[in-house]
Amino acid sequence: MTDIPASALLSLENITKRFGPLVANDGISLSLQRGEILALLGENGAGKTTLMNILFGHYVQDEGVVRVAGKNGLETLPSGSPGAALAAGVGMVHQHFTLAENLSGLANIRLGTEALLSLGRASAARRKIEQIIAESGLTVDLDRRVADLTVGEKQRVEILKALYRDAKVLILDEPTAVLTPQEADGLFVVLRRLAANGLGVIFISHKLGEVLAISNRILVLRAGRKAGELVSATADRRAIADLMVGKAVAEVTRAPAKPGAALMAFDKVSLRQGASRQSLRKVSFELRAGEIVGLAGVSGNGQAGIAALISGLAVPSEGELLLYGKPIHRADPRALVAAGVARMPEDRQHDGVVGTMSVADNIAIEEVRSPAFSRSGWLDRKAMRARAQSAIAAYDVRCLGPDAEARLLSGGNVQKLILARVLEREPRVILANQPTRGLDVGAQAEVHRRIIAARDRGAAVMVISEDLDELFALSDRFLVAHEGEITDAGPAEGLDRSTIGLLMAGHSAAAEGLAS
Amino acid sequence: MDVLFDILGSANFWAAAIRIATPLIFGVLGALICERAGVLNLGIEGIFVAGAMAGWLAVYLGAGLWGGVLVAALAGALFGLLHAILTVVLGLSQHVSGIGITLLATSVSYFTYRTALPDVSTPPRIAAFQPINIAGLSDIPFLGPALFQQTPMTFLALAFVAIIAFVLYRTPLGLAIRAVGDNPASVEAQGLSVRGLRIGAVVAGSALMALGGAFLTMSAFDAFFFGMVNGRGWICIALVVFASWQPGKALLGALLFGAFDAFQIRLQAQIGQVVPGQVFLMLPYLLSIVALILVARRADYPRALLQPWTKGQRH
Amino acid sequence: MSFRLEMRENASVGLRLGVSLGAGIVALLLVAIPVLFAGGSPLTAYGLMVQGAFGSMFALSETLNRATPLILTGLAAAVAFRAKLWNIGAEGQLYIGALAAVLVGSGLLQMPPALLIPTVMIAGFLAGGMMMVIPTLIKQRFGADEVVITLLLNFIVILFVQMLVEGPLKDPLAMGWPQSVPLLAEAKLPKLLPRLRMHWGLITGVVAAIVLWVMVRKTVLGFEIRAVGENKAAARFAGIPVDKTMLKVALISGGLAGLAGVGEVAGVKGYLSADLSPGFGYSGIVVAMLAGLSPIGTVIAAIFIAAVFVGADSMSRATGISNYVADLVVALSLLCVLVGSFFLRFRLRYDRKLEA
Repeated sequence: MTDIPASALLSLENITKRFGPLVANDGISLSLQRGEILALLGENGAGKTTLMNILFGHYVQDEGVVRVAGKNGLETLPSGSPGAALAAGVGMVHQHFTLAENLSGLANIRLGTEALLSLGRASAARRKIEQIIAESGLTVDLDRRVADLTVGEKQRVEILKALYRDAKVLILDEPTAVLTPQEADGLFVVLRRLAANGLGVIFISHKLGEVLAISNRILVLRAGRKAGELVSATADRRAIADLMVGKAVAEVTRAPAKPGAALMAFDKVSLRQGASRQSLRKVSFELRAGEIVGLAGVSGNGQAGIAALISGLAVPSEGELLLYGKPIHRADPRALVAAGVARMPEDRQHDGVVGTMSVADNIAIEEVRSPAFSRSGWLDRKAMRARAQSAIAAYDVRCLGPDAEARLLSGGNVQKLILARVLEREPRVILANQPTRGLDVGAQAEVHRRIIAARDRGAAVMVISEDLDELFALSDRFLVAHEGEITDAGPAEGLDRSTIGLLMAGHSAAAEGLAS
Repeated sequence: MDVLFDILGSANFWAAAIRIATPLIFGVLGALICERAGVLNLGIEGIFVAGAMAGWLAVYLGAGLWGGVLVAALAGALFGLLHAILTVVLGLSQHVSGIGITLLATSVSYFTYRTALPDVSTPPRIAAFQPINIAGLSDIPFLGPALFQQTPMTFLALAFVAIIAFVLYRTPLGLAIRAVGDNPASVEAQGLSVRGLRIGAVVAGSALMALGGAFLTMSAFDAFFFGMVNGRGWICIALVVFASWQPGKALLGALLFGAFDAFQIRLQAQIGQVVPGQVFLMLPYLLSIVALILVARRADYPRALLQPWTKGQRH
Repeated sequence: MSFRLEMRENASVGLRLGVSLGAGIVALLLVAIPVLFAGGSPLTAYGLMVQGAFGSMFALSETLNRATPLILTGLAAAVAFRAKLWNIGAEGQLYIGALAAVLVGSGLLQMPPALLIPTVMIAGFLAGGMMMVIPTLIKQRFGADEVVITLLLNFIVILFVQMLVEGPLKDPLAMGWPQSVPLLAEAKLPKLLPRLRMHWGLITGVVAAIVLWVMVRKTVLGFEIRAVGENKAAARFAGIPVDKTMLKVALISGGLAGLAGVGEVAGVKGYLSADLSPGFGYSGIVVAMLAGLSPIGTVIAAIFIAAVFVGADSMSRATGISNYVADLVVALSLLCVLVGSFFLRFRLRYDRKLEA
């Protein structure tokens, strides 16, 4: 660190941002040098993305200053203007790509760089981009519609957007979340090359391992505050983890599984209907009583199809889906719920709750036609409230009561509401799709504890997650999805991240390795 | 069969088809610009009325014909601005705002007409645009009268097809408009103003819609009648889906529609004794519905259509 | 110091009422401008409007008579919009309902009033309902937008009615006027009071509003409609049959508009003609929005809009100011209540920078 000539590119001073009562950033300061890769590490909700959105002008800070290197040293950046940030040489690759899918990669890179009322200069732009590609190794077909590019290619287009504008600072928000471990390694090679040429990189992540691998310096955020700053080469893993989490979190312990009978079985199931990210090819596996099966995979490789089938939102185009040995022929979530299937949706805010309806309504919603909550078409409000009251107490849902609108609940409490809705019936089959995405550590542990308890009670559980750490914490057995096919990776014991990573990337060699 | 060939073989028929298509070309182009930027503009029906009334009244009160066209465009732009403020700036329902704009523009037009001309029983006339002869082209046998004896507003509509296609596909502005209707975040991340682009598109698109109305009172007819727009705006909203939001296909769709309408009018003259006139009058609306049903599943809607955008919005 | 917008946690009932009232008042205030422009005095004009709408028993009866179809088309829009089904076709559904009433009630069936009136109403309800079920099915099967289709169907239906009343249904005794054969006396809705045009359709409308209110709050169907309207994805995930629920909503919505048509034919005119409705279907959208989609509010909003129309007619006769003033008020009410809905979602906050 100290032997790099100190030439500051960027400095954030005392940034504070509030959203209503929530303080997302509380007096955070940081600086970045030429050629440096700075990692911004923290749990979900620690304030990393908010901080970078302020730097990039998406949000206006309540207090504090952003300075970026200009002609006269560090100059103050006007707040609230992405245009100003871009002009000052700040480029940002968002976690959710900001690409127009109906346009080509070239068009997306050019967008906003030429005077609107001009004829543009497409060929000059192409020449410059091709040169950048040659220097950086960010290979991509510039003329394809972005909609037809892979996730990795889209990310490269995003980075090219920044480099095309001669960015001095590149911010990457959770760039590896959508990549296989091997693709992530490729990205790291590119980033190191760019940094060697003088680019300053801010790398936002909540994954400790990759942060240590890529960064020169680490800034740890916790609950909106700066919790510590360390030099990566000398940092101690354990110490960083404690800084991130604040207090030592007890690992959720689980006893070995005692698998019983198969409760749900996929028999050469193919799925072609709906979006392509759902499609499946001849998938076979079983979910057994008392066992948690983890489904790993890069998002969009068929997990959505598996989830739709278990949720009763789709039926196989070919093959059979068996519940307790009987085939399911109709997409009917209510029948599945009545038969004892519990379903936790991937996007809990979007699919899990109706925000403008009450907590009680949202707890009853799956069974509103059952005698528990209605009689010949009339709602039994008393029963609904009573159930909500007991659920709120048993699952510690923090809300103003059964009549509070669900949209006022935090993400963790929405998930607890859903847990209360589906687990209260003592289900025999459980689908937990991204069960802790976006939750804080405490809520995560609580969700994991509930899932393991359900398994111990004899339920068959499938956990779908993009977080390998979570899968390793929960799973008794691993499945891996790749391009609509499912590989059985076997019992969790004896599996490591790199084996799963290879399967996620579709390497059959890994599978052969497993067999041997 | 003879009837069919008689009709299709007359230059008169093709000239009528293009004439009927002209207001639709303006309307579809206008709707296309708004929707490409992500805003559904159901104000179109009322904006047609406003354009028809404003342009006509300006000429009636002494403005030149082109002055009338300009006034019509301004009237449309004004209602477009109101729609943009409600839907783009305040992020309110595009459906409800559009219906409201249609009701408002229609009632403002009718009220103004009634107030300006309280005591007329037959609508007064103006000296409308006349077909122009283009040296050489208009004199070609058959093709000349069929294609090149139109009023200047028709040629203006055709020019707009080319201009809008060029802007949309060949300039940075077009790039930005197409991007903002697909994913506003892409535009904001590149330092452009989502609101600015959308407001501009809605205002410009609405001005074009108003020209479609102006054509009715200043070119197709020479007076303003109540109820004269008669669903043409709604038909444009259906046609823009049929045209997959592309200017070239919009022209094609409008011309097909015009040809069909001209055909049914002539057919009515031939077999009108057997079939009630209303059946023919229904056909344009039925055709629009059928067109919509045929393309709906394959339609490549601008992904951000109907989605309001707030700055720095969380995903 | 700065102003900023903040998401509201909850909009109280008082606030909702305030927004609706405010919208009506602002619309009336804005219309003062065109009234001045037309050379009139706004105060006189509004005075005359109030008098024309409520000034006498006759005026009140005319207003309530006008409100009758608006309550029903308003409810039609309210129930559909709640489920995010954009039914802009109440005008056409009204005509189809009226047509069904004439087909059933002009001699096809011979029954005493106690049987014939309900029969005519059911026929009108079902016909109007089918007129909305069809576009909904088209939307579900082909993905074609129901807004444009229902709008276009309005034109088709009115032409269809025109064709029938000039052709097969034409009354030979009407001296050449394009109107249908009259309803049987047994099919007509009784008047509420002697010598006034108010009829039992008004009671039907109010009862429909109450039924709808109970349905939304107390029944499983109402629960499902709310869930589908507020979050289709979550409703589907929870197992609510979204398409089926939408079809039920379509039937109810179109049916209510159809009932409005029955009321106009069986309560007011006695026969069907192509000028039966001066845009009741479109005004119903404004009524529903003014009412904040609340069924009970719809009754009040319908009376307001009806008063504007009836009052404007009377004012126009006295002053010569065009009665399109009423349409202006209606259009502006819609836009104002839409702007008002913005303040139901957000509040304007005045911020003082905190001392460091």
